[in-house]
Amino acid sequence: MSDPKREDEAAARARRGRNIAIAVGLVAFAVIVYVVTIVRLGANVADRF
Amino acid sequence: MAMATTETSRDAARWQDFLQLLKPRVMSLVVFTALTGLVCAPVAVNPILGAVAILCIAVGAGASGALNMWYDADIDAKMRRTRGRPVPSGKVQGADALTLGVVLSLFSVMLMGMALNWLAAGLLAFTILFYAVVYTMWLKRWTAQNIVIGGLAGALPPVIGWAAASGDAPLNAWLLCAIIFMWTPPHFWALSLYTSEDYAKAGVPMMPVVKGASSTRTQILVYSLLLVPVCIAPSFTGLGGPAYLSVSALGGLVFLLLAWRLFRSRAGDAADPRRTAQSPGGLYDVRAGARDARNLFAFSILYLALLFATLLAEHLMGVAPLELFA
Repeated sequence: MSDPKREDEAAARARRGRNIAIAVGLVAFAVIVYVVTIVRLGANVADRF
Repeated sequence: MAMATTETSRDAARWQDFLQLLKPRVMSLVVFTALTGLVCAPVAVNPILGAVAILCIAVGAGASGALNMWYDADIDAKMRRTRGRPVPSGKVQGADALTLGVVLSLFSVMLMGMALNWLAAGLLAFTILFYAVVYTMWLKRWTAQNIVIGGLAGALPPVIGWAAASGDAPLNAWLLCAIIFMWTPPHFWALSLYTSEDYAKAGVPMMPVVKGASSTRTQILVYSLLLVPVCIAPSFTGLGGPAYLSVSALGGLVFLLLAWRLFRSRAGDAADPRRTAQSPGGLYDVRAGARDARNLFAFSILYLALLFATLLAEHLMGVAPLELFA
């Protein structure tokens, strides 16, 4: 028989790890979209002159 | 009670388990070949956009891996090599693997389209769909030609990389695709010659299971004879330089020698009594009779890696291609 308290702690740790991973992924996506926008805008502006 | 157990196991899934769904080892090969396509394209791409393109291809490959693991959980549970994967081992639920695969597919294709171009995004979407639907859901369980046709999904990343950089996909990009496409059958069939019991148990119609070891060895030799000229071809189309010509020709000779030895061997003819459930052995740990299959399998990985590494190095160093026919 496994200890329910220990299982809850492990589940809480796993959930926290998943939440952090999702947060990191979403922040990274937002940063990538921002940087891509700047790079593409910059190239298009440079093309005009 | 059952619900509580399910909820507990779902809660216990770690982020590393989800990472395993993306097949990181396959992803690294995809990144390598896609990078070669991107660098070989005759257009200078912004390094940041190039990195985003490679990231999109890697995530797209990972997404198709997750979709594959979701659908193939029943097969994976029966095979020694795959039974420890997150879904069959119960670490991750199938529905979660499906969700991850769909979400990452959408993110990677949309980002590729917005950051680079829609030809690359379309090719990436096609690759994901081809692997997840055509190969995983259809070919793999239906025909012994599964890895021949399905190999297209693994062969497309250099074309996507090329298209991401240049916005088009000329003959040379498809030549890189053809190299991986022709390389896939001898590579996988050599492996399946000494793991065919696993495939038979799972009901997967791999070539040795359906046609037998002898026919498989013959087909490996035929595909190897077709593969080597395709590998040398970039030296004649303005893609490969002198180093590439040397590596592709010399490596090709070794490949043919190993394929010939395998053809003459009895690899795969009998079940291996050493490979039991208690002592499954590794991919390279095979009995003497199957050593020729193991040797070709191992060399095929080295050959493909050398071909793409040489092309990558030549283009990064600015070595002029031979253009023997140009």
